[in-house]
Amino acid sequence: MTRAEITRLVTGDREADGVVPATGFSALMVGFSSAAMAFLAVAAICLGLAAARLADRWSTEFAHAATVRISGPSAELDARVSAALELLEATPGIVSARALTEGEQRALLTPWLGEGIPFDALPVPRLIEVIESAAGPDRDSLRQRLAGEVPGAIYDDHSRWRRPLLRAAGGMQMLAVVAVTLVVLLMAVMVMLAARSSLAANQSVILTLRLIGAGDAFIMRAFVRRFTLRALAGGLAGTVLALIVLFALPGAGREDAFITGLTPTGWGWLMMPLVPFTAAFAAFWSTRWATRYALRQVL
Amino acid sequence: MISFQKAGFSYGIGPILEGIDLSLAPGSFHFLTGPSGSGKTTFLKLCYLALRPSEGRMLAFGAPVEELDREGITRARRRIGIVHQDCQFLDHLTLVENVGLPLRVLGRPEESYVDDLADLLSWVGLEERGEALPPELSGGERQRAALARAVIGSPDLVLADEPTGNLDWEMGQRILRLLIELNRLGKTILVATHDLNLIRAAKSQVEARVLRISRGRILTAGAAL
Repeated sequence: MTRAEITRLVTGDREADGVVPATGFSALMVGFSSAAMAFLAVAAICLGLAAARLADRWSTEFAHAATVRISGPSAELDARVSAALELLEATPGIVSARALTEGEQRALLTPWLGEGIPFDALPVPRLIEVIESAAGPDRDSLRQRLAGEVPGAIYDDHSRWRRPLLRAAGGMQMLAVVAVTLVVLLMAVMVMLAARSSLAANQSVILTLRLIGAGDAFIMRAFVRRFTLRALAGGLAGTVLALIVLFALPGAGREDAFITGLTPTGWGWLMMPLVPFTAAFAAFWSTRWATRYALRQVL
Repeated sequence: MISFQKAGFSYGIGPILEGIDLSLAPGSFHFLTGPSGSGKTTFLKLCYLALRPSEGRMLAFGAPVEELDREGITRARRRIGIVHQDCQFLDHLTLVENVGLPLRVLGRPEESYVDDLADLLSWVGLEERGEALPPELSGGERQRAALARAVIGSPDLVLADEPTGNLDWEMGQRILRLLIELNRLGKTILVATHDLNLIRAAKSQVEARVLRISRGRILTAGAAL
């Protein structure tokens, strides 16, 4: 592609523009396909980004949290909690340690046991919430010291349940990447097919132009710019519509964060302009290829 | 200008045309006649390089056709004006835009030929219809517009395929007069028609050679038309 061709594509081509009919079903088809596929591509990208954010949250928010569970006779529990707190505060790699209040523990258990349960009568263990530093403590050594100095104390760094969750999040991310790739490829193919079909509908225009002395380059310019701009306009419309729909999704609290987090954030926004340009790029090359093929059919 | 030496054409299932030996000399006027399906349109397609002979030799403006690449064909075709029976306009463009199309595809800005365009439309009597779309034109207007489009690029050769086929006698005569005027300006004219009355009317006004297609061969017809 020459520099002059790029310039004409961007700034317009007074002679070639307008030679191809601007209206009709075939004209609509390229724009509509491009808009529909851009809509799906944006939705897929936003879902992928949301899955990535979710996976990131799961891996970071719980990565440095741990719990010490202390069980034993009720009379000794307070003393054991104090001993455990002292030990934890003196341990390198522990940022903070805080015993959950009775109210907090009750709130944790109520969803499982229901209201009105005689909480005091149950052998409920006491919990200490621990925040680790980025490097974290030497967990094996800490477990041994807790077992030796605080009977009934168990250090739980959540790795047992966090690991499958992270695996699931990783799987979701991978699925999202595959989905985005497929949708973008499908968008390119759909725009290509629409451009080719539209070109076939304009075969008589190609023939007429050729017979009155138009060169191949002129005919290609006339079709390529028109179809590229249609695909770009359709892609822009689809992208904007998808973003409006995503923004219009009902917001909710933290438990619905996955849904409310569907709109792109940060660098995710940079991917949005790529969608209509991908559609335009697909239309550009497919129209060039299809026009060249159509021209080969006539002398 | 265009010459054939033992040329023939076949779509692969028997020859459509064979043994063509003739040349269209500069400034000459030819009628090509013969029954429907005899190969008149095929011969015209050979002349405007939409087909290449499948045998023999053909020269277009001195160049062997088989040696012309697509660019060469484009250049040669710019020296040929074509009037099709169905006119082949772009229906979304106005008559003025359609007539100016052969210059537009050369990249010439409209300002550079707008006066020629007005003169040409006046010559064919369509100066009032410039902004009309092709579907809004009558058969006669379409044929005259097609003739204007064929000559705007000042071609050396004008080919017309049944230009009066769908027209009444008076309009047919009008088209014929325009073609004769072009010939007097030095253009080579080849008109394919099965209308013998048109040929008789022309022969009283211009020195025309009549070519008759019979059984795939092109013969020079005698005076008994």
